Amino acid sequence: MIELKNVTKVYHNGDVETRVLKGVSFAINDGEFVAIMGPSGSGKSTLMHILGCLDAPTSGQYFFKGQDIAKLSDDELADIRKNDIGFVFQSFNLLSRATVMRNVTLPLVYAGVKSDDREMRAKKALKNAGLEEARFYHLSNQLSGGQMQRVAIARALVNDPAIILADEPTGNLDTKTGEIVLGTFQRLHKEQHRTIILISHERYVAEHADRIIHIQDGLIASDERTQNQRIINNSWK
Amino acid sequence: MIFIDLLQETQAAITMNKVRSGLTILGIVIGIGSVVAMVSIGQGAAKSIQSNIESMGSNLLTVMPGAQRNIGTQIRSAGGSAQSLTQEDAEAIIEEVSLIKAIAPYVSKSYQITAKGTNTNTRILGTNEAYADIKSIEMESGVFISQQQNENYSKVAVLGSTVRDDLFGEETDPTGEKIRINGIIFTIIGVTKSKGGTGFNSEDDMVYVPLYTAQRFLTGNKYLSSIYVQAQDQESMTLVEEEITNLLLVRHDITDSASADFSIMNQADLAETASSSASTFTMLLGAIAGISLIVGGIGIMNMMLTTVTERTREIGLRKAIGAKNRDISLQFLAEAITLTLIGGVIGTALGWVISILMTKFGDITTSVSTASVLLAFGVSAAIGIGFGYYPARRAASLNPIEALRYE
Repeated sequence: MIELKNVTKVYHNGDVETRVLKGVSFAINDGEFVAIMGPSGSGKSTLMHILGCLDAPTSGQYFFKGQDIAKLSDDELADIRKNDIGFVFQSFNLLSRATVMRNVTLPLVYAGVKSDDREMRAKKALKNAGLEEARFYHLSNQLSGGQMQRVAIARALVNDPAIILADEPTGNLDTKTGEIVLGTFQRLHKEQHRTIILISHERYVAEHADRIIHIQDGLIASDERTQNQRIINNSWK
Repeated sequence: MIFIDLLQETQAAITMNKVRSGLTILGIVIGIGSVVAMVSIGQGAAKSIQSNIESMGSNLLTVMPGAQRNIGTQIRSAGGSAQSLTQEDAEAIIEEVSLIKAIAPYVSKSYQITAKGTNTNTRILGTNEAYADIKSIEMESGVFISQQQNENYSKVAVLGSTVRDDLFGEETDPTGEKIRINGIIFTIIGVTKSKGGTGFNSEDDMVYVPLYTAQRFLTGNKYLSSIYVQAQDQESMTLVEEEITNLLLVRHDITDSASADFSIMNQADLAETASSSASTFTMLLGAIAGISLIVGGIGIMNMMLTTVTERTREIGLRKAIGAKNRDISLQFLAEAITLTLIGGVIGTALGWVISILMTKFGDITTSVSTASVLLAFGVSAAIGIGFGYYPARRAASLNPIEALRYE
């Protein structure tokens, strides 16, 4: 599904050159639940941007479904993000004065899905993400943090993407709601075999995934199956 | 992204900050409104000039003595000051030029007029029976000069309404009364209906007498001040003008038409000159109003730039979920165009109302044409595109990563 070969990323800020990624290689298969872990400044955010096709590597190759991303145009990258990647952000990034339904249908608008189908698909995704039906037509700024993140997960799911890319999804949540969100990812992975990439600086969060890739100073420090995986057995509330 | 989605996005964006959108629209309303109102004044002026010219008589050529000159380029010597046109010239035109409907030679000079102790100084115009028709003069009472009276050298006079007012008072019928022109007694046979013109050549401030009478008793010679020639129709005017020119050149023994001792003024030329100055006037007014339209457009741009900045994170998110640059720029462009179109509609209505009010209370002729309404819409759409383009480009070119991080 995903393969990185010796990917580097260098930022130029005037004369100052910052080497953020110094040659990262790994592969993620279909249906894996992987956590990318590392302290801030380790390059994990940059790595996420590259994985999410928001940014292109300076050198090296990134194959997404067999396609070399470096060779694609802006519009082609937008198409990949639209069809194959679902983003979940730390700060939710919902349209605050729009309803839950409008937030979740937004990707469908860009994907050109007929307006009759949108609501049905959005409802399915919202149920899948665990939001109560009573909230579907609330304004998103009337929701709690946990509810907002579930709306964001529904938005990521609505296009049925190949991977879900979650960037610190529990960063703005308290431990309990964070666990519910992590439980949702685990369920999506186990029951629906979705490919999920979780980015976090916390070991505790990363340990909910099956596999942990540890990044440090722009290099992979370790890449192993999770020992003592934390399994959350809750259903959402 | 289809059209209906674009409309929904636009509607959501515009209603999000109603006060700001309203004020921005107000800028366009004032701009478009003043353009429509100003242009309506200009076009109204053009129309009234046109109808004034037409009221002078239709398909009219004026043969004047004196050298050729271009309208408006040189100072005109006083009408009739040169003596080169004669009664014989007028008769020759009647006989030899085809396609003429009517011809009215005249002499004109100012004299002191007295009547029962009152007196006034006004222009005496000696002419024939065709004059009333050519110049569309209508009678308030009595009759105009007849051919008979001309041939008999009758001492009869037709008063303009202003002269009547001056000598006999308003609302009176002085028909049958006597007046003295330059000491000679004339009998009043009629009063003309007021044409409402003002200035030195007001046709209300004039006394009409038979041409031959005027030549024999007043001017004492056979020279004419001018000859009005009415062509049969619009198309024949040029031909008639040419024929008269050739005829008079031969009669006056002139070989080079540049040194002709007469000139012919074509009414169409006059109308053209007047309408071109009216359209300059319209353009000037429109340009002044256009400045406020540009200011309104800058208001749109300012608002759009603010909106783009405020919604940076949203733009980043939209890009992350698959919006292309084109989708983003279209969204902001649609917003700007919608704002200006709303402003355009309200502004056109406002301009229209203003022009109606000006006609009603300000006594100014105005005219709102379909063309000026279409122009207003075109301009407002163009302003939407023009001033919305830069903010939209800016939104589209945002880097999604930086946009998502924007605080």
